[in-house]
Amino acid sequence: MVKKINILAGQDKSANLEVIEMLEVQAGEILAVVGPTGSGKTQLISDIEQYAAGETPSRRHVLINDLAAGDYDGQLSFRRLVAEVSQNMNFVIDMSVEEFLLMHAQIREIDRPEIVTKEVIKVTNELAGEPVSKQDNITVLSGGQSRALMVADVALISNAPVVLIDEVENAGINRLQAMSFLAGQGKVVIVVTHDPMLSLMADKRIVMKNGGMLKLQETTQEEKTVLKQLIEVDQKLSILRDNIRQGGSINKETLREGELL
Amino acid sequence: MRFIIVTGTPAAGKTSVMMHTIRHLLTEGLKVAACKIDCLETSDDRRYRSLGIPVAVGLSDYFCPDHFYVANLEEIFSWAEEQEAEILVLETAGLCHRCAPAVDGCLSICVIDNLSGIDTPRKVGPILTTADIVAVSKGDIVSQAEREVFRRKVEMVNPRARIIELNGLTGQGSLRLKKEILESSPVNRIEGKELRYSMPAAVCSYCSGETIIGSTYQMGNIKKVDFGRKSSG
Repeated sequence: MVKKINILAGQDKSANLEVIEMLEVQAGEILAVVGPTGSGKTQLISDIEQYAAGETPSRRHVLINDLAAGDYDGQLSFRRLVAEVSQNMNFVIDMSVEEFLLMHAQIREIDRPEIVTKEVIKVTNELAGEPVSKQDNITVLSGGQSRALMVADVALISNAPVVLIDEVENAGINRLQAMSFLAGQGKVVIVVTHDPMLSLMADKRIVMKNGGMLKLQETTQEEKTVLKQLIEVDQKLSILRDNIRQGGSINKETLREGELL
Repeated sequence: MRFIIVTGTPAAGKTSVMMHTIRHLLTEGLKVAACKIDCLETSDDRRYRSLGIPVAVGLSDYFCPDHFYVANLEEIFSWAEEQEAEILVLETAGLCHRCAPAVDGCLSICVIDNLSGIDTPRKVGPILTTADIVAVSKGDIVSQAEREVFRRKVEMVNPRARIIELNGLTGQGSLRLKKEILESSPVNRIEGKELRYSMPAAVCSYCSGETIIGSTYQMGNIKKVDFGRKSSG
């Protein structure tokens, strides 16, 4: 069981020692990785995924439950440390949702695959905007449905202890709910994002710059309060979004009615 | 010299995967040479050359590229020795599922991609079943679940192989492949070594230029479809 992951500092792109010497994330915690494009977010994730031991360009070391990759001596109980859900990913297998989940559960040697399959579909439907049925072909699911199914599958079938959510768009999936669901399963949840809501939803955030870990910021109580307001604004925005989707038009009056002005 | 044989399905990313890996080897100050076997045309040599290493190309033309490959292994070995290479990367054409280029004592890497479909590992044959390392590429664009299923299917046909998930665009995973190459044993000579699996057989009239369809035009080693075979699908 993974209880925590530590990342020991390496160097930034200019070979300077990183400002943050050690980053610790515990199971059930959510960490946001923020910073401009090219700031090193992907390398940080890649280091965790590869269980880096000083050999990657960043020279970082990753510890799991205080042990380095070498200490495990190949006896790692998990195949893959990081399960990922990103906007680029698709399902390419031509079969129904149910058949696919059963196959995945069987391959993972899970007892009673039928029960976990039902559970995954139930969670998918809690996260997705439009319902998914077990008979649906997995390749024809919408973007939001696919993302919701990926999250539910990662949470309940995959055994990877770390889950990475990479730039998942807001359309058709409740991301905040997805993140708290994953964290509730005892996963280490890492979310790479430019979105203020997702950043504040996290317990803490690491700010990247020039390839290095620049600042570690715990989410403050005030930010948690602000988050609630942001969620309200977002809900108002989604009313506008639905209005446009259904053929409506937007003017200053609609904005006033929606309390956005 | 370490003799590394790289095989795999078409467009799985053999060259991309090896480019990243060779860069790591060069950083360690090792001397690497690359040889590419292909049929009619290749541009992979230009990519390897951009690394500033000695590169050779063998085009099989009308010959089965696998037979062409095995008939030239000795010459390729000598060429790489002349280049004073410490590591020779030999990339095969990677066309047919019946290819069987793995040689005992040489590290054999099979590159196969997640997009090729979950039945592919079962269909691929000797390039996968005889490989020491299976590098699985294009995992960044399919779901986590499919990656896990695909990996399991690979394990089922080759439980002995070490599986490395590799991203040919970013090079993620290539450090592990470099490590495997460094841990493999060098070979002193290739002559006398044995293929792990027999090559696909040939020598029929079509091998020697026949183009007309029909049994009357067929001679030599011919195999016919067995229509009584039950589908195993």
